[in-house]
Formats: sequence, C-alpha cells, structure tokens
Amino acid sequence: MNIKAFKKILVSKRQSYILFFERLTPFFSLVIMFLILGFLSPYFFTLNNLLTIGIQVSVIAIMAIGQTFVIIAAGIDLSVGSVLALSGIISAILMRGGCPISLAIIAGVGTGSFCGFINGFIITRGKIAPFIITLGMMGIARGLALIITGGNPVFGLPENFSFLGNGKIFGIPVPIIIMSFIVVVAYLFLSRHILGRYTYAIGSNVEAARLSGININRYNSAVYVISGTLAGIAGVLLTSRLVTGQPTAGTGYELDTIAAAVIGGASLMGGQGTIIGTIIGAFIMATLRNGCNLLNISAFWQLIIIGAVIILAVYYDQVRRRHSATLGG
Amino acid sequence: MTGETLLEMCDITKQFPGVVALDRVNLSVEKGEVHVLVGENGAGKSTLMKILTGAYSKDKGQIFFMGKELYVKNPREALDLGISMIYQETSLVPHLNVAENIYLGREPLFPSGWLNKSKQYDWTEKILKKLHLRFLPTTSITKLGIAQRRMVEIAKALSADSKIMIMDEPTAALTEVEIDELFSLISQLKKTGISVIYISHRLEEITKIGDRVTVLRDGQKISTSEISDVDIPSLIRMMVGRKVDETLYYKKEDAKIGEECLRVEGLSRKGDFKDIDFTVKKGEILGIAGLVGAGRTELVRAIVGADPIDRGKIFIEKKEVKIRSPHDAISAGIGLLPENRRDDGLALDLSVKDNITLANVTRFTRLGWICKSNEHSETEIYRKNLKIKCQQLNQSVKFLSGGNQQKILIARWLITNTKILIFDEPTRGIDVGTKAEIFGLINRLAKKGVAIIMISSYLPEILTMSDRIMVMREGRITARFEKEDANQEKILHYATVG
Repeated sequence: MNIKAFKKILVSKRQSYILFFERLTPFFSLVIMFLILGFLSPYFFTLNNLLTIGIQVSVIAIMAIGQTFVIIAAGIDLSVGSVLALSGIISAILMRGGCPISLAIIAGVGTGSFCGFINGFIITRGKIAPFIITLGMMGIARGLALIITGGNPVFGLPENFSFLGNGKIFGIPVPIIIMSFIVVVAYLFLSRHILGRYTYAIGSNVEAARLSGININRYNSAVYVISGTLAGIAGVLLTSRLVTGQPTAGTGYELDTIAAAVIGGASLMGGQGTIIGTIIGAFIMATLRNGCNLLNISAFWQLIIIGAVIILAVYYDQVRRRHSATLGG
Repeated sequence: MTGETLLEMCDITKQFPGVVALDRVNLSVEKGEVHVLVGENGAGKSTLMKILTGAYSKDKGQIFFMGKELYVKNPREALDLGISMIYQETSLVPHLNVAENIYLGREPLFPSGWLNKSKQYDWTEKILKKLHLRFLPTTSITKLGIAQRRMVEIAKALSADSKIMIMDEPTAALTEVEIDELFSLISQLKKTGISVIYISHRLEEITKIGDRVTVLRDGQKISTSEISDVDIPSLIRMMVGRKVDETLYYKKEDAKIGEECLRVEGLSRKGDFKDIDFTVKKGEILGIAGLVGAGRTELVRAIVGADPIDRGKIFIEKKEVKIRSPHDAISAGIGLLPENRRDDGLALDLSVKDNITLANVTRFTRLGWICKSNEHSETEIYRKNLKIKCQQLNQSVKFLSGGNQQKILIARWLITNTKILIFDEPTRGIDVGTKAEIFGLINRLAKKGVAIIMISSYLPEILTMSDRIMVMREGRITARFEKEDANQEKILHYATVG
C-alpha cells in the first residue's frame, strides 16, 4: 500500500469519527441541559421531577414517533393534534355510555387509524400534497370532536380507566411504560422491518424506489395510518390522565411533534430521521419546559426559548450536513 | 454576411481533470452570419460556448469581440455586452406573461422605483412586431407551445440588444412548420446584422440555414468551410474520424447466444416513440444508437413500466406479459439501470447495502422482518465480486464515485436475478478505468445468459460491445445492423438524416 492510500484511510477514519459524534449532538445537548438544570435547581434531579418529565413527554413522544415515520417518507402530518382530541372524545363518550373500557379504547385508537387511513388514501390516490390533506383533516377532526361534545368536556369516566394515565406498575408510571414499549417496537420496525426500509427509500428517492418495484402507494399510505394510530393511542392516554374527554385537547401538538422529529435530526426533505433522535428531541423540549417552570420563567418566555431552540437545532443540522458533504465529496 | 468580423476566438484551450476538452480551438464569426458548429457528443461544442458566455473560464487563448478583447466572468456580463445564449430547455418563468419574461430582471422602472408597465408592454410590442411574432405581450407563457417559447427567448435576447446569439439545438422537438417559422425568424435576425452561432446535430437542416460550418472533434477544430462547399457525407466523415482508439481499453467477449428472451411488437406512445419492434436473445447485447432526444430513454422506461404505453405487446421467453408498473417488470425479470443514476437509480440517503437490496429485500425477510446478517453477508459477496470501493456496507452512497454507484446498481439487479438488463448510458460520467470494469461486467452477464440492451450515445462503445445495433431517430427505428455491417458513418447517417 502506498503512502497516499494510507493517508486517505487515516483521513476517512477521522471523518467517520467526526460524523459519528456530530450525529450524537442532540443527545449531548440533552445531557448538558440536564446538568445545567440540576445545577440551577436542587429539585430538578429528584425522582419525582424526572418522572413528571417522563409523563409529560409521553403523549407528545408517542405522536412524534408517528410523525417521524411520515417525515422520513418525505411527508408531513398536521392532523395529529386534532386526531388526538377526536380519538379521546370517542373513547370517552363510549365509556360514559356504558361501553366496556377495553372496547372504548380500541374504538378510540381505531378512530385515529381511520383518520390516518383517509389521509394516506387521499394523498396517494389523489396525488395531493400531504400538507394540504392533513391540514384539512386537522380542521375536520377538530370540528367533529367539538360537534360531538357540543364543545363541552366529557366527564364521568369510570375510575378504572384512569389507571392508564395515572397508574403505576412497580413504581413506574404507566404512560412511561406504554411510551417505552412503542419506542422499542417503532425502532425495530424502522430499522429491521421492510416497512422501515421502504419508508426511508421512498423518502430518499421516490423514483428510484418505484423503479425498484416498490409499491409506493401502499407504503406511503402506511406511514399515515401509523401516525394516525399513534395519535389515537396518545388521545386515549391523555383522556385517561385527565379523566376527562377534552374536545380542545392537543391543540398545537402537531407542531411539537414536528419540532421533536426535526430537533432529533429528521429532514423535512425525507430520507433521514431516527426514533431515538425524535425521542431525544421530545425530551429536550419537555425538559426545557420543566426547567423553565422550576426556575419560574414565565410561560410567555418559554415560547420564545423553545422557538429559538428549534431554529438553532435545525440551523446546526444544516451546517453539519453541508460540512459532511464537503468532507465526503 | 458583411465580411466584417464580429467575434474572434483564438487558441482556446480548456482542461478538465483527466481530459483536454478544448485544444487550441479557433473560431471567427462575421457580422450577420449564421455560423454552424457541429461535432459528436463530447466534441467540445458546449464547452466552447460556455467559455464564450463566461460560464467556464478558459485556460489559454484570447477572445476578441467587436474589436476589443473580451473578459467576461459570468453569463450575465456576456449578456450585457451583447452575447446571449438561447437554451434548449427554455429559461422562461411559466406563470408570467411574455412581456414580463422578456424584461425579467431588467424591468423598466419609474424614477420612484415602481414598475413602468406601459413602457414594458410598448417595448415588447415593438420587438414582437419586428420579429413578426403573432402573440400579445400579455399572453401567459403557459399558453404557448415549445416553438413559440423558443421565439420568446429569441425576442428576449433581442431586447437585451444582443449582437450575437448562440442557439443550442433550437429545432429540437419542433415540427416541420415550426422549424420553417424559426428559420424565417433567423433570417430576420441576419438582416438586422445579428450573428448566430448555431449548434445542431441535424445535418440536413444546417445546409438550409447556415453560412459557414465549423467541425469540432475530440476538442480540436477540424475545419471551417462555406456551407456551399460541403455535403453531408463529408461532414459526417470529419465528425467521426477518430484519433485515440479507446476501444483498446475494453473489448467484447464472445458469449453463447441462446433462445429469444425479449420481444417487443409495435410499442408506441404518442410524441415519444412509434411502432418499435425488436427482439433480444439470451446472452446477446443489443445496442441502441441515436442522438440525445431520439426517444431511446423513453422507450426503455416504457418497457420497464415506469411510464405507460399507448399500444404494443411485450413477450418474455415467447409468452406475452402485461407490464403496468416497474414491479411487474421486475417480476417478469427485467431491470433498468437508468441514465440518471442520482435521480432515478439511487436512494442517496440509504447505505450501500440498502441500495443493493432495494429491489429484492423481500428475499431476506420473513413476515416482513429483515434478517440483517443474511442480507449483510450476501451483499458482501457482491461488493467483493464487483470490486465496489467503499469503507463499509453501511455507509451512505452519496459520496461514492460515479463508477462505484453504477456498480451498486448492477449489484442490485444481479441480486434480483434479472433475465433482461437494460443499461441506459452505462458509462456516463465514469472514468476510463472504471468504464473497462463496467464493460467487463456486462460481458460476464452476457456469458451467464442475460439478455442485454445498451443505450449509448458514444459510437465506439456501441460498435465494440453490441452483437446487433438498432438506430433510432425521432422515436422510430431507422436502421438495424449486424455487428459486422455497422460503422460510425452509417450509424451517424441514420441517426441524423435517415
């Protein structure tokens, strides 16, 4: 081997280390945030507070996982916040009407899947931009939730139902367990299942995927069904936690889920994104909120801080990408 | 022609890594002249024009324009000095109207900074009248056909007070009538003293419109002559006479030619190709020659179901198959390596391994779950076998060289066990060494009994590698040759005028 080739290998090794660490940046940011907040507030590192963060993050994180599938496939789902509310309302109404809890839960989650199916169906068959269709679904699902309830919260849900949102198993809150389970399953699907492989392929280059014989419509619809289903699960979970069906629940959550995915390294151009990244993104936002509360920073300022973090994260990601492009090419 | 020299390019030399694109090329253009530039793909025509408009910088040489030495750093400066380029793909903004497009970026303004629309429309009207164009300044570009759009481009160049216009294949995709209209427009331009550098592959039309013709070949100027002194066969001879025998780098190896593998009957799609019939046998390489835009890519995309057909039948091993999607084609055993690897072939965010298995990942799955270790070890075999240079199978394909990317696509179809492989410009953007490797692979595939269709615009490739050659022009097959009967002159003849 000549010296030139040897040098080339050395350089490329270094490059791959740099790239590896750059990819871990969201994780390191989260760790640093934890350390700073722990230093500023003695209460931050108590088990109680950490579990609170976990519970707060679970609803957004579950939806953000669905959003990640959609974003990797180069789409976007703006309807998740409204679908969450509609699913919660459906299960709440059924329960109040005497329907068994398990059936009501299935109906709630099924409502989410159905909304996602409609999104996917129209987007793929009608060849219409996902932004528009899911924007429409955002209004429709919210409107239905408000009409069904007359705009009022649904009270009087069975005691047992609140276990999902407020119960604990071996001291761990149930929402955290549900979230963890979904994280693992979604991670496996994305990295080891054909569905995940095709999701990345479609998002990266839909024409190449089509010429490779992949049924684009089927897999592109599938990501919206996943997103809708997970929004449905989040809706039931939130209803259980509040022990109330709120037709206005989840307003603005769609943006939080998109932010979580993007902070975690997903690209709105498609083809890039990971479950772990998204979860870290969701935790970064929840931790920021929690920290601001502990430090008595007003809710108004929180909006500005979180907005700035989103912009910074995406800006940094762009710089990183350009950097790695020059390293590689 | 006035005999007054407008433009003089002297000893222009341009090197790109590994190739001399232009070697001391001279070109002089007189006022009011239509100067035709001909040469094969890659002869250096566009490089020379890009240097003139400042899109490329020259390594050596001088350019004199209207008696002064010309220094331009970009096309905008060239345009301001009176050198404009009429592009084949129009640079018009579809949703603006004619006048807005003509003055885009140079809008007449009131001193206060607001748009002076009435002036803009008056000026446009004058230009359109001068060129005898019959549409209104307020017509939206979307309502105009290709020919009319090209004329708006010319009007735009005229409004910028151009002294010289470069037209690259201006008649591409135009009908006979539209070509006549364009030619009368060019005659108008000549009368007003504007010079045109006219690049075209269509040799029969340049004798109609040109005054002089310059032939380029492999980056060198071969000759400049009066149009009246040359005929088409002599032009073709000058265009193809080849210096380096690149075919030394690769050669066709004999493969056993077997049964009929693919037969196509009467394949047609309006505007792209018509009544295409051909067969390919196992182990045979069928070359498709033709100029860019002859409908070759459209044809093969239709065969693999990427685009629909109007009518026609496809038979595989003598059984008719219905191909409505790439999925159908792959199930039937046909694979396509597209001309544009980055846009149509590779998923750039995905890894080497994922790209290789993209068309056949189901082979490694049970209930949809991918067995990663099997996938990895199988892909590794192909990586070694095809000598794909990458550090690891999990790295993204984005930064690999064109040759390695092409090998990945070949591996994709090898792992899918295709019976028929279609290569669309397999060596585009690939260096000579890797080219030889790619052709080595094609030889190996043919020996294994794969039927191969190869599109190439580079004649030595077609002539060396094909068992049979089919020439296309304007969507039709204009000639078929057995390997022994074909030569560059014949192919070029049928690709341009046949």
